[in-house]
This record gives sequence, structure tokens and C-alpha cells, in this order.
Amino acid sequence: MKRPPLTPVLCAIPLAVVAACVVASQWLVPDAADPDILLGVVPAGTPGHRFGTDLLGRDVLEMSIAGARSAVVGPIFIALGSMLIGLLLGSLAGYLGGWVDLTLSKYADLLLALPTTLIALVVAGLIDGGYWVTVLVLVVLFSPTDIRLIRGSVLAQSSRPYIESARVLGLSKARIMFRHVLPNVMPVALATMLLNVAFALVAMSSLSFLGLGVGPGEPDWGRQLSDGRDLLGRNSAAVIVPGLLIIVTAAAINLLGDWLQERFEQRARQR
Amino acid sequence: MSRYLGRGTVLRFALVRLAATALLLLAVSFVVFALLHLTPGDPARNLLGPRPSSPEILASIRAQYHLDDPFLSQYFHWLGGVLHGDFGTSIRSDTAVTTLLADRVVLTAQLAAYAFVLTVLVAVPVGIFAASRAGSAVDRTVSVGAIIGVGAPSYAVGLLLLYVFGVNLDIFPVYGSGDGFFDRMWHLSLPAITLALGIGALVFKLTRTAVLGELDQDYVSFAVSRGLSPQQVRSMVLRNAMIPVVTTLGLVFGFLFGGTILVEITFALQGIGALLASSVTFKDIPVVQAITLLTAAVIALTALAVDLFYFAADPRVRKRAAA
Repeated sequence: MKRPPLTPVLCAIPLAVVAACVVASQWLVPDAADPDILLGVVPAGTPGHRFGTDLLGRDVLEMSIAGARSAVVGPIFIALGSMLIGLLLGSLAGYLGGWVDLTLSKYADLLLALPTTLIALVVAGLIDGGYWVTVLVLVVLFSPTDIRLIRGSVLAQSSRPYIESARVLGLSKARIMFRHVLPNVMPVALATMLLNVAFALVAMSSLSFLGLGVGPGEPDWGRQLSDGRDLLGRNSAAVIVPGLLIIVTAAAINLLGDWLQERFEQRARQR
Repeated sequence: MSRYLGRGTVLRFALVRLAATALLLLAVSFVVFALLHLTPGDPARNLLGPRPSSPEILASIRAQYHLDDPFLSQYFHWLGGVLHGDFGTSIRSDTAVTTLLADRVVLTAQLAAYAFVLTVLVAVPVGIFAASRAGSAVDRTVSVGAIIGVGAPSYAVGLLLLYVFGVNLDIFPVYGSGDGFFDRMWHLSLPAITLALGIGALVFKLTRTAVLGELDQDYVSFAVSRGLSPQQVRSMVLRNAMIPVVTTLGLVFGFLFGGTILVEITFALQGIGALLASSVTFKDIPVVQAITLLTAAVIALTALAVDLFYFAADPRVRKRAAA
């Protein structure tokens, strides 16, 4: 059973390309978003525009490279922020129990009662807040699942013999929590965080597809798709390139997160 | 179930769940009402929209929506209307919100039902099949496909399908929602497939996990070693595995109802989801409130039905409730 792990390598390649675009797009394609109205839509294969242009004459490939940033940076913050809330409130709920647990669980129930896209659309759309407000709204909406997950893992750890003995030794609650329970919860938290980046990427780009989150004219994959919808007949690459980018990026993160989760579960079982 | 318990336990469980659902919806309705005040700007002006404004008109709007009353009293006024089926008037089209919704709810319900049927017919059998051949090449391929499917945004998948089957191969229509039943189904096929791909991937994963979990149980080994026929064992496993699967399917149905926004926009269908998106952009708050609350109600009621089913189907749950 000792073969090189294929999944992480295959996933790392597209993710590295996307990461390079996020970091270097301002030097690679400094004027991707500058319109060329006189040029208008040209189909894929036009010299100088391998994937053609969109309605405003902007190069589809350059726009897609520049759009990587808004597609990926927000979701990373969403996953980080929501896991931070999850770790904080989830460990409180799991470890303290009682009314703290009850209140936090009811809060999670309330937020889970509706589809994320729907609440995010309504709240972010009515507030009219732009990119970072949308990120904040999604942090709040993503946190209940993380709170539940961490609560469950903390509960599972707390009944283990080593925690029992730490308690018998007279260690303080805070010390047990931070030195003994949380380090054992971290692997699950990390794998979930990765999966959350993928979900947030989909949620964020869905909102920008609906016209929220990024301003008009800014490079963004979701917005490219909503602008390109009417171009399907004239330059289909305007839809296909960003569409495949979103699907491939989300899939690579998902497969990687799934692989990590399985590894951690296997290691936990071997113990 | 009366073999195990008195009728009182069943009734008590149902009543407790019903009360919890009512409380949840009450909390959601409060938040939904607060949207009016959460929206930046003066509520009266927001409710007026782009219509010409004068102090008299603003005063009449304030009176009509009781905006000068304390917050809680406004809320109860609004809730009273809602309970009588009155969600107010749409700012954009100046018609009753209820009329507006009635015109569109059919299309969304048909789309959700179509996608649901596709999911049940494909994802559940494939999940059972993959679990019975766990670890095989087929199982691994479908499982990886499902991971990708769960993560792929429906609008991107929808646009790609639209390009391949609508524009390139010209099999399915690109615009419109069709007249008459068969034409309607024909027009809804691509949107329904798009919806079903994401949801189906999720249902497939859960079905596979549920069946695998049952196959791992001791009773299966006992049944096999006692010489029960494979058919008998399979029917035992499937019956037990179906409890979590049906639970998920119930929840999925509720979410399908709220998940049609992106697909409706992608395929230019005039359903509830598209109405919600355009109403948010237009700040047509009464319509947004109505759709959000109704979606929450559909989801909460399906969750309630699922819980009651769970209670009826699983003796372990009944025992725990009785204890």
C-alpha cells in the first residue's frame, strides 16, 4: 500500500496556478479590467485574444487571471473567521455544557434553518455593503456548522481517559482545554477549514453571479459568468473559461480536504 | 407502534416537535420583519420606493405600516397580517405580494419536484450500488465525481450544460419555460438536471455511507452465517439504511425549494427564486420578507415531517422518547 499519494499531487497543481494568479495578477495583467469598447466581442482564437473578449472588449484570459484574487481571498478569510468562532464557541459549549451549550446550539439551529445563499443574498443585498461586508455575513452564516463540529469533537475528547486523568491530577479547566483538548481537535478543524474554503468560494462567487459582493467592472469569476451568459452564442469562452476555473478550483480544494479528513480519521482509528 | 407505546407518547412527541417548529418560525419571522429596519435609510422612504414623494404620501405610508408605533407593536401588526395571508403590497409592481407569489410559485415547485424525482431515481440506486461494491474502480470513480459535484456551483454547471446541450448540440431550449405539461417539462429539463447534479451528489454520498455503515454491523455477519439468502440480507440492510436516507431526502426537498435562485437566474426562469433576487436588488422589502419567511416555513415543515417519519420508522428513537 505504499504508493505516492496521487490525489494531493493532482490537486496541488491547479491550486498552485490559482495561487500564483492571486499573488502576481497585478504584475501579470495590470490592465485586465480596462475596457476596449471599440473592439467589443471577438470570438476565441482571435490573434492576441486566445479566448476572445467580453462585451466591453476585455480579454477573457486576462480577466480570469485577475479574477482569481476576489474569488479566493474572501473565502480564505471566511473559512478562517468561521473556524475561529467555531473553536471559541464550540469548545465553550462542549466543555461548559449547561445553558451555554443550549443557547449556542439554538443559535446554530436558527442559522441552519435557511439555505446560506438565500440569507446571504437577502442580508448582504439589503445592506448594500460590498465585498468585505459580504465576507462578514458569510462568516456568521458558516459559523454554526463549525460550532457544532468543534463542540462534538471536544465532547468526544473530554470523555477520553487522558482527560480524565488530567482532571484527577488537578489541572485547571483552561489548561486542560488549551493544552490537551484543543490540540487533538485541530486536525479535524484544519480539514474542515479547507472544505469550508471550497464552500465559501462557491457561495461568494454565487453572490457575485447575482450581482453582489464585487462592484460592476471589477474582475471576478462569478461576475464574468453573469456578464457572459448572453454571450454564449458569440464568444462562449467568456463563460467556459471562468466557469471551468471555479469548478476546478472548488473540486481541487474539496478533494484535498476530503483526502486530509480521511487521513486524520485513519490515524485516529489506528491509535 | 402502539405495540410498544401508548398513544400518549406519540402525541406528546408530535406536540413538542410542533411547538419547537412554531417557535423557530416565530424567531425567523422576527428577524425577517427586522429586515425592514435593517435596510439603510428611512423605512417609509424605502417602502415608497421610486414613486414621487411628498410629506403627505410619506405620512400615509407611515400610517399604513404603523411606522410611528413602537417596534414590537409594528411587528405584531405585520405578523397579524401575515397569519391572514397578507404580506403587504409590492413596491415595484404595486400589486399584492400574495398575488405576485401565486403567479410564480408553480414554476418553482415544478422545478424543485422535477429535480427531486431525478435525485431519488438516480442518486439513491447508484449510492446503494457503489456501497455494495465498495473500493472497486466504479465506486471510486463515482465517489470522486460526487465530491466534485457537491462542490461545483450550480450556475457554472448550468451555464456549461446550457452551452453544450442548448447552444452546441441544440437539444434543449435555451430560453423560456414552455406551455402545457410536456413542453414545460422539456424546458425545465436542463435546469432540473443542474439542480439534481449538486443535490444528487450529496444524496449519493449519504446513501453510500448509510449502506456501508449497515453492512459493517454484526447482524449482517450473523444473518449471513445463519445461512439467510443474500436477498433476505439485502432487504434487511436496505430497510435499516433507508431511515437516514429518507431523512436526508426530506431535508433536501426543503432546501431545493430555497436553492432554485441561482438556477432560475441562469436559465432565465420566472420563478420565486428569480423574483427574490430581483426584489433584493430593487429593495422591494415586502416581497423579500414574504419569500424568506415562506421558504423558512417550507423548510421547517419538511424537517418536522421528517422527524415524525423518523419517530414512526425507528423503534430506537421511540424508546428513547418514551424513556
